[in-house]
Amino acid sequence: MDQFTPIASTIGGLLIGLSASLMLLLHGRIAGISGILGGLLKRRAGDVAWRLLFLGGLVAGGLVFALVSPDLLTDDLQRSTATTAGAGLLVGIGTRLSQGCTSGHGVCGLSRFSPRSAVAVVTFMGTGVVAAYISQRILGGAL
Amino acid sequence: MTTTPASDTPPPAAAPRFPPLVTLASYFGIGALCAVGLGISGMTRPEKVVNFLDVTGNWDPSLMCVMGGAIAIHLALYKWILKRDSPLMASVFQIPQQRTITGRLVGGAALFGLGWGLSGFCPGPGVVGTGGLGSSAIVFVIAMLVGMQTLHMLDPATPSES
Repeated sequence: MDQFTPIASTIGGLLIGLSASLMLLLHGRIAGISGILGGLLKRRAGDVAWRLLFLGGLVAGGLVFALVSPDLLTDDLQRSTATTAGAGLLVGIGTRLSQGCTSGHGVCGLSRFSPRSAVAVVTFMGTGVVAAYISQRILGGAL
Repeated sequence: MTTTPASDTPPPAAAPRFPPLVTLASYFGIGALCAVGLGISGMTRPEKVVNFLDVTGNWDPSLMCVMGGAIAIHLALYKWILKRDSPLMASVFQIPQQRTITGRLVGGAALFGLGWGLSGFCPGPGVVGTGGLGSSAIVFVIAMLVGMQTLHMLDPATPSES
């Protein structure tokens, strides 16, 4: 429990929720990051710029962190490149199949009591716990 | 309230209430705000996410505070926002209307969770991490895009929105 950061994490969560609310209020859209990325790959006319700008805002945030507070981006997990790439493939395929990730199903879906999102969240939390247990407890983090 | 199902048809043109530049800039601002939230909350550090999922280890419940805070404010604002006839910068609300629980939903979420628990990355923090030129974030995001593109090629009917 020594790394528990209730105040910072709650404040960060409020900002994430505010961002999702602004997306809905201004543009009528769900701020689902996997969906915004996935739609970009389809390159439909008139449907690209807003996605790039939203993602550009995310990337710019990361750039600012790197300059101002790089410890926010520390990767102490040190997974191998192969493991990280395999995980990325699973996340890419999985989020497109289930049409959402932690933002779309988690934040937006749970907030509007979507049964599909509730099932998705319980499922990805469940397999996430299994994957974390196997990688940390059985394999000792060495993968 | 006017809603349309999220679909693969291009969205309707924005209402001309705001200059196009303001509309486009707002997307950048919403993305940046989301990034700040993810960073402050600790979710851009993969170890913190894995320490939440690894419930038998050095458990870190911070992720619950992130989800709780995000859902609390979105839940409070969501109904109020949808009382409007339309969004401020677009003509209609595009809210997913699907209700059925499918094998595709459950199987996809299961695969996503495995990748999330292995790497500590989900899509948002991965994209933010690329801005800091973190090598693991860059590898993760490239592989994620390859995964998405692979699925789109195998199944061109993949819907694009959540």
